[in-house]
Amino acid sequence: MSALTLERIREELASYDGAPLRIMEVCGTHTASIVKNGIPSLLSDKIRLISGPGCPVCVTVTAYIDRLTELALTEGTAVCAFGDLLRVRGSSMSLADAKARGGRVHMVYSPAQMLDLAEADPQRTYVFAAVGFETTIPVYAILIQEAERRGIRNVKLLTSLKTMPQVIGWLMDSGAKIDGFIAPGHVCAVAGYEDYITAAAKYGVPFVVSGFEGPQLLATIYALVKMQGRGEVRNLYPGVVEKEGSPESRQLTAEFFEPCDAAWRGMGIIPGSGMRLKDEFAQYDAGSEGLTEDRMATGCQCAHVLTGEITPEQCPLFGKVCTPQDPHGACMVSQEGSCFNHFVARGI
Amino acid sequence: MTESFIKMAHGSGGQSTSELIAGIFAKYFHNEYLDAMGDAAVVPGSGRIAMTTDSFVVTPYFYPGGDIGRLCICGTVNDLLMSGAVPKYLTFGCILEEGMPTDALEKIVQSAAQTAAEAGIQIVAGDTKVIENSGHPEGGIIINTAGVGFVPEGRSVGADQIREGDAVIISGTLGEHHAAILGKRMGLENTIQSDNAPLGEMTSALFAAGVRVRAMRDVTRGGLGTVMHEFASESGKTIILEEKALPVRRDVRDFCGILGLDPLYMGNEGKMAVVVDPADTEKALEAIRGSRYGQDAAVIGEVAAAENMPEGRLLLRTPVGGLRVLGPLYGEGLPRIC
Repeated sequence: MSALTLERIREELASYDGAPLRIMEVCGTHTASIVKNGIPSLLSDKIRLISGPGCPVCVTVTAYIDRLTELALTEGTAVCAFGDLLRVRGSSMSLADAKARGGRVHMVYSPAQMLDLAEADPQRTYVFAAVGFETTIPVYAILIQEAERRGIRNVKLLTSLKTMPQVIGWLMDSGAKIDGFIAPGHVCAVAGYEDYITAAAKYGVPFVVSGFEGPQLLATIYALVKMQGRGEVRNLYPGVVEKEGSPESRQLTAEFFEPCDAAWRGMGIIPGSGMRLKDEFAQYDAGSEGLTEDRMATGCQCAHVLTGEITPEQCPLFGKVCTPQDPHGACMVSQEGSCFNHFVARGI
Repeated sequence: MTESFIKMAHGSGGQSTSELIAGIFAKYFHNEYLDAMGDAAVVPGSGRIAMTTDSFVVTPYFYPGGDIGRLCICGTVNDLLMSGAVPKYLTFGCILEEGMPTDALEKIVQSAAQTAAEAGIQIVAGDTKVIENSGHPEGGIIINTAGVGFVPEGRSVGADQIREGDAVIISGTLGEHHAAILGKRMGLENTIQSDNAPLGEMTSALFAAGVRVRAMRDVTRGGLGTVMHEFASESGKTIILEEKALPVRRDVRDFCGILGLDPLYMGNEGKMAVVVDPADTEKALEAIRGSRYGQDAAVIGEVAAAENMPEGRLLLRTPVGGLRVLGPLYGEGLPRIC
């Protein structure tokens, strides 16, 4: 038997002629890397990659955006957010719209930037739009730690924090037809992959923990093809990911946050799928409770795109009224969004 | 200049304005057309005229490797060059915010004069206005330059000239200007310098060597990806770029990695993408590499007929051998880098 080279993996993936397979990635960075490396062009038509609910911007509900725009337009308050979030529509406007109407909105690259802004402007309350998954939650814990250490009192978080195993369980329980999962490498580095061992066994589908480079993703897809039908987990990101994750990060998260129910765009409230600030840190919360209302644009099929039921092209709004310049659904906003990437891949 | 900060009176048109012009602008900008101080410059010229204008709002106005004065000359000069023109004359319009230190203004004007001299273009008209401070701690500055050049007879460059089989060349490494501005704004310490530069020596060398240039475009906002996408869609041809061949400095690559930016969509201010007849590829590379600012030039792709792909698309062959369709830059990009 010849050695398993990248060349051979590519040949086998291109010529695969077995049962049709639907493989889902649930990490926005994987989605972006799959596009960046042109992975779909290397796969047989029998293997379809589906972007699941792994982009934090895409799964944010309108009530959360509405609260952010309200805060941005409130005297004495400023909102800091990562770039993509600025363009997501709430029920009447996006943060970018609020900014154009005189609201205070800062696009930042890291939560630490907000501390400098807040320290220099102590009369104003700075609210961070704290969206994200397991990977980002410890960053917000550090933000609070740093604020306490530096004695900066005018910072708060508006949280919409989510965890991955619960939404994967929800998807499979809802009948999504997925034959294998590319397990999120960064999330697993923090939270470990024990939850995925349970899920793999329960649903009888394989999970492969993957890195983010092109060859790593090809090896992961190859492994999933070989493992089809088996409820097992393989870690192809060793050295970075340990089964139990990073104890330090988990501890940091547990110190400031606790599990809660969370609202996902188009999917509703999924029990235990979110994280909230513990009551003892309530002074850092900017009113994150109860932001569950989810008014999607008429015709928007984000929910069905996120669960892999339809391709972005099958949404009636796609490319017609919903474009990256004027996104109606959140999946068209983010670089990690399924609709955005399908739109860009048309190359028009 | 007796004043150390710009005040509203400097835009009054009266004595203070005269002092500002004499003390800073006339000190560095002078030639026979400007020195006449007429209402309009009357300049010689004939043939096919190329005209362009651009406004510059970059913050901060001093950044590693350059400043808004150098940038506002390079931007307009390069736009003229890319149309095949020989740049000749520039206007220089300046909107200042009160509170701007006059020594900062002087440095900017001096830098603009030096860059204009390097680019071989004459600043023949100018204007200054002062507006109220918008909250910029050091006062803002906005510069508009308009440029005029002449296109030699028989020279015709543009996306409509692009043909199947043509070679695509980039004159150097990607993303430095964008990364330098962003790094400075974020207060990051690194070695990245803006590449802002006039490209006249390079384009002259190409034409002097007899290279059949189909189309040229300077890589500015939107980056190489956006420029090449324009070439593909305007020419109706399929262009394939080789990701491995794209030159990116190590420090810029690391910077992009940290911030999740793609060098393909980051702006330069001293690089151009050129499409040439494939038989002239080596000659073109030699001409560019032998010019100032062109030593890192590389062949990065070709104009080809890709099977099963609609025409007018831009494709990238990735290091793992995949083909990825590239669109123009969507969304924010990043604000105000030029």
